[in-house]
Amino acid sequence: MDGERWRSLFSDYSNSSFIEVLRRESPHLVPGHETAPAAAPPEPIHGTTVLSVRYRDGVIMAGDRQATAGYQVASRRIEKIFKSDELSGIGIAGAAGPAMEMAKLFQTELEHYEKVEGENLSLEGKANRLSQMIRMNLPAAMQGLVVVPIFAGFDEKAGLGRLFKYDITGGRYEETNFDAQGSGSKDARDSLKKLWKRDLPRDEALHVSLEALIDAADEDVGTGGPDLVRGIFPSVKTITRSGFGDVAEEEVRRVCEAILTERARSGNGA
Amino acid sequence: MPLPYYVSPEQMMKDKAEYARKGISRGRSLVTLEYGEGILLVAENPSTLLHKISEIYDRIAFAGVGKYNEFENLRIAGIRHADVKGYSYSRGDVTAKALANAYSQALGNIFTQDIKPFEVEVLVAEVADANGSRNEIYHILYDGTIEDERNYAAMGGQSDEIRRFLKDHYKEAMALDDALQLGVRALTVTQNKTLTERDLEVAVLDRTKARRKFRRIPLEALGQLLGATR
Repeated sequence: MDGERWRSLFSDYSNSSFIEVLRRESPHLVPGHETAPAAAPPEPIHGTTVLSVRYRDGVIMAGDRQATAGYQVASRRIEKIFKSDELSGIGIAGAAGPAMEMAKLFQTELEHYEKVEGENLSLEGKANRLSQMIRMNLPAAMQGLVVVPIFAGFDEKAGLGRLFKYDITGGRYEETNFDAQGSGSKDARDSLKKLWKRDLPRDEALHVSLEALIDAADEDVGTGGPDLVRGIFPSVKTITRSGFGDVAEEEVRRVCEAILTERARSGNGA
Repeated sequence: MPLPYYVSPEQMMKDKAEYARKGISRGRSLVTLEYGEGILLVAENPSTLLHKISEIYDRIAFAGVGKYNEFENLRIAGIRHADVKGYSYSRGDVTAKALANAYSQALGNIFTQDIKPFEVEVLVAEVADANGSRNEIYHILYDGTIEDERNYAAMGGQSDEIRRFLKDHYKEAMALDDALQLGVRALTVTQNKTLTERDLEVAVLDRTKARRKFRRIPLEALGQLLGATR
C-alpha cells in the first residue's frame, strides 16, 4: 500500500543519535543553533592546558585547574577532563562555555546510543562523532569561541589506549604517543617529547604527565600550577581495560611535591 | 451506497480490550520485586539479544511484555524523553512518574484512536535514593490504565496467578539471591517446568552503584545466584 513509509525506516541512520533527537524535538538546545554574534564576547573564559599520554595499560588524561578571562583568573578549580563513557574521556581546552556544553552533549550522545542500541559505539565511532560536533561549532569558532578537545580512550578491539586531537574545522588526527591542547600545550608537548617512553608503567606515566603540566604552568601565564597554599592540584584520570578512573588527589599531591622538591634541590627546570 | 454500519462504543472498547488481552496473554511473563538493595526485574526470555528489560536513565528501568516491536518503540521513546529532559534541566529532574504518565497518555490515545490497540504492558521502575525516599514501580496497561505498585508487580500471560503467589510469599528487604529465586518460582507457578539461567533475562536497579544504577546480570552470575535452588 504505502511502500515508501516502511522503506524510510531503513534509511533512518540517525535513529540512535541524541543530537538528531534534539534537533527534531528541541532545536533551541542544539549548540550552534543561533547564528553566531558578529564578534566574540569581549573576554570569554578560557580553559588552558590539557594533555593525554599513552602508557602500558591505556591512556592518562590530565589537565590544570585554572580558567582565565583575559589576564584575570576566572576560576582556580575548574574541571577540564570529563568521563564521556566507561572507556573514554574528553579533555577540553578553549572557550570554556561552549566546550563544557560540548562535553555534556557528547556524554549524552554516547549514553543515548548505548541505551538505544544495547551496545557501545566503537572508539573510532566515538572519535568521529566528536569531530562532527566540533564542525557544528565552526561558525562560533570563526568568531573566536574556539573549542578544541582531546579525546582518548581504550580500544577494546585493539586492546590498547588511543588518543585523538582535533582542529577547529573538526579535523581529526590520531596521535600515537601523547598530545596536549590549550594555551600551554606547546610547553607540555616539549616536555613530553623528552620524557615519554614506550610502555611506561602507570606510576611513571603519571610522573611524566605532571612534569609536563608543571612545565606548562611555568612557561604559560594562563596555565595554573600546583597550588600548595590552597591545596589545588591538576586533575588526572586513567582509562584502561577496566574503565575510567580517577587518580586520587592525595597521590597527585605527592607526585607534584616530589617534582617541585627535586627541582628546588637540583636546579633542574629552573 | 451502503450505510456505514453502527457499532456501539461499549462494544468497540470491549472488542479492542479483548484483542489486546489475548495478544498479551500469549506471551511469557515478567516479575519485578523490591529487594534490600534495589529493584529486581526477572523475565522469562530465551533470547539473549532481544531484550524485554532495559535501562532508561540513571535510576530508571523499563520492562515490556507482549508484542516486541510495539514495546521496543515505547522503550526508545522513553529513552528520548529522559535524555532530552536530563540534558535540558538536570539529571536529577528525570523521574519515573513523568515517564509513566507519558506512557499512559500514549497508550490511552492509541487504544481509543487507532484501529488496532497495542498488545503490550509496560513497567517503569525507579530505585530510591539512599535518603529515605521510596522505590517507585508503575505498571501501565494496553489501554493506558496506570497502577502504582508496591513491593512486587507481575505482567504478561499468567500475571494474576503470579501476583497471588507473590502476595503469599513476598518478604521485605530480601537478599538478591532470595529475591531472584522467589521471582523464578513465581514465573513457574502456572507451568510445570523449571527455568534455568538460559531461559531468563535478569537485571537490577542497584542502589549501591554510582550514577547509573541499572545492571544486567550475566549468565554466569545468574547461575551462581540460582545455585542454591538446584
